[in-house]
Amino acid sequence: MELHDVWFVLIAVLWTGYFFLEGFDFGIGVLTKLLARNRAEKRVLINTIGPVWDGNEVWLLTAGGATFAAFPEWYATLFSGFYLPLLVILVCLIVRGVAFEYRVKRPEEKWQRNWETAIFWTSLIPAFLWGVAFGNIVHGVEIDRDLEYVGSVWDLLNPYALLGGLVTLTLFTFHGTVFAALKTVGEIRERARSLALRVGVVTAVLALAFLLWTQADSGDAKSLVALVVAVAALVAALVANQAGREGWSFALSGVTIVAAVAMFFLTLFPNVMPSTLNADWSLTVTNASSSAYTLKIMTWLAVIATPVVLLYQGWTYWVFRKRIGTQHLADAAH
Amino acid sequence: MDLALAPETLARWQFGITTVYHFLFVPLTISLAALTAGLQTAWVRTEKEKYLRATKFWGKLFLINIAMGVVTGIVQEFQFGMNWSDYSRFVGDVFGAPLAFEALIAFFFESTFIGLWIFGWDKLPKKIHLACIWMVSIGTLLSAYFILAANSWMQHPVGYRINEEKGRAELTDFWQVLTQNTALNQVFHSFAAAFLTGGAFMVGIAAFHLMRKKHIPVMRTSLRLGLVTLAVGGLLTAVSGDTLGKVMYEQQPMKMAAAEALWDGEQPAPFSVFAYGDVDKGHNKVALEIPGLLSFLAHSDFESYVPGINDTNKALQEQFGPGDYKPIVPVAYWGFRWMIGFGMASFSLGLLGLWLTRKRFLLPPALRTGEEEVPHLVLLKKPLGTKLSRVYWLLALWTMAFPLIANSWGWIFTEMGRQPWVVYGVMQTRDAVSPGVSTAEVIISMSVFTLLYAVLAVIEVKLLAKYVKAGPPELTEADLNPPTKIGGDLRDADKPMAFSY
Repeated sequence: MELHDVWFVLIAVLWTGYFFLEGFDFGIGVLTKLLARNRAEKRVLINTIGPVWDGNEVWLLTAGGATFAAFPEWYATLFSGFYLPLLVILVCLIVRGVAFEYRVKRPEEKWQRNWETAIFWTSLIPAFLWGVAFGNIVHGVEIDRDLEYVGSVWDLLNPYALLGGLVTLTLFTFHGTVFAALKTVGEIRERARSLALRVGVVTAVLALAFLLWTQADSGDAKSLVALVVAVAALVAALVANQAGREGWSFALSGVTIVAAVAMFFLTLFPNVMPSTLNADWSLTVTNASSSAYTLKIMTWLAVIATPVVLLYQGWTYWVFRKRIGTQHLADAAH
Repeated sequence: MDLALAPETLARWQFGITTVYHFLFVPLTISLAALTAGLQTAWVRTEKEKYLRATKFWGKLFLINIAMGVVTGIVQEFQFGMNWSDYSRFVGDVFGAPLAFEALIAFFFESTFIGLWIFGWDKLPKKIHLACIWMVSIGTLLSAYFILAANSWMQHPVGYRINEEKGRAELTDFWQVLTQNTALNQVFHSFAAAFLTGGAFMVGIAAFHLMRKKHIPVMRTSLRLGLVTLAVGGLLTAVSGDTLGKVMYEQQPMKMAAAEALWDGEQPAPFSVFAYGDVDKGHNKVALEIPGLLSFLAHSDFESYVPGINDTNKALQEQFGPGDYKPIVPVAYWGFRWMIGFGMASFSLGLLGLWLTRKRFLLPPALRTGEEEVPHLVLLKKPLGTKLSRVYWLLALWTMAFPLIANSWGWIFTEMGRQPWVVYGVMQTRDAVSPGVSTAEVIISMSVFTLLYAVLAVIEVKLLAKYVKAGPPELTEADLNPPTKIGGDLRDADKPMAFSY
């Protein structure tokens, strides 16, 4: 395995980490309208991710920075090509971060309601758009001989990619729902569990359709394994949820995300962004990657830093392991 | 195409707007993180309540500020790919690495420990909670270091070679990129300026409360801490600015010639106090100068030759072929002056404040004040009158944002002074833009970011003002009885959180 292959795997790991962690953050955002019955419950939901959402989002920044360093061509083509969708995602992430931090900073109801609405939409839209983006990456887009994206923004909104968007949206919502069941206490916890069943079934249907389409489109034996694992884990997550095993249910919905991302990257390899115009114009791990020296330095960085990050991020979850309910909310505005 | 709408022009405006905006929050975040950590350390060591109240007060302002810094930073990570794809292709092998280091080492650190700090008051024992804010502070410093190393490579590329076959720059010595003198000087200068900024912020707000005789014990302490930070930060900013300037005279003579509007080389070269020039004809119409000073700033003596814009342009044409290698001279010239002017105005005010509020043996015993009193402002042997004192407090309040202006102009100067290069001597800015991105797309994104940032600025400033006016919070029982175990007290199942969103 050469270093650029290692980095292909590491980029996949970073995106997996991002979707696993911010996946449930986005889901919680969607649940503020889907699950919460009153504003106190909305607050409970938001506070389940309060201490951790910022750290979770760094996985995206790291995926971006690492792609820049390890695959500059990929970084350049992807972000200049998917310009407008990325703009929308960035705007959402900006507003969302400010919304979490500022919502409680004023007591006025209107102020707080506005930020709550913002949290819902800025969670829902990126959750959808990431699926659209990855659908297009896996399927391939119009890339010319200069490795530039030459399609339009409308080409990105094709049925396959849109289905991908629905899958990430529902999957993240499901992931968020089982997370909510795991992290809350009281009535909201019960309702989260029953909602998880409904969301989970919808997710399973959509995910199965999308993953089968992907398999038929560009799959092989390895991606088929990932597909089976993803679907089986999702079904198992539902079973665990019904059995009241919330920890298992959350872990299994996490496995679904891991396996689905793995399937994307398995079907991609050795491409990183296939061209639909001419297979020779595809970006691959070789023609898009950095020099061996840069990759070596980056590998040292990843080998040393990633375990440390996982340790202290994991520790954060342990510190805030206590379930919360409406009775735990701090009263006054801060 | 009309130059005003050239893709390069638009992309540059967008980068300028988003980056200058982002950098309004960065220096305040860097300094307030450290200052808050310092105050919390004082609380943990002395258990004096005023330190805890100060920690909570400045910590709150810090959080309002860092939220903006973090979210506007997301754009920075992606806009190289969006608007500057040819730049990204050409330099990614070199430039990407420090960005990846920044994300993996610094961003994770900052973002994870800030969550622990915000929500950890009732979850972490005192000392561990204190360690979290220090971690955040270290994260902010590391982050700035890596990004400044990346920028320094654009100012003065080292540790790379050009791969002709692949048509790109490739890293050959990462250590050199991280430790070259441009990077070390920029880091020194930016860190010092960050503390100048935070010091001025603290002094301005403390002055506001002391003028109204409110929250005196906390604000006395804050004033003192702010003044010392401002004075030390200001001094170091000046010192590091001087060394950075000397480095720039070696590495980018054009930038420094433009900073002085020195059209033709002179020996010895004067420092320009005011100039009004005719850019097309390449000379100044009006010039007010201090003889020899520029030679000193460039080379530490009053005699030596300093090359001018026209000489440097000719030299660059010989080196790189035909073309115009001049930046926009008035921007460089005035940017340089505003940077120094606004920064040093704050510094002077800090020095003055430090003298006026001096303590102990420098001050006649009769004028010494207690914890509960507003300190006298003593010029020589008598305190200033009410009116003059008020003038000082008001000056401190109204010049609180001066370092922000200085920081912005510093970046505008150093980035625009490097033009037409994006990577000095290696790649020109016009070759760096995304060929596949349409003018309409850039206009859309620029308008969206500008509008969004403007709205957020209004929200942020209003929120800051609200919390500034409210003053330090009263302490609660829970504040004074932090948990002794990690995870907090698990026996009382329904105990409310100390803080929730």
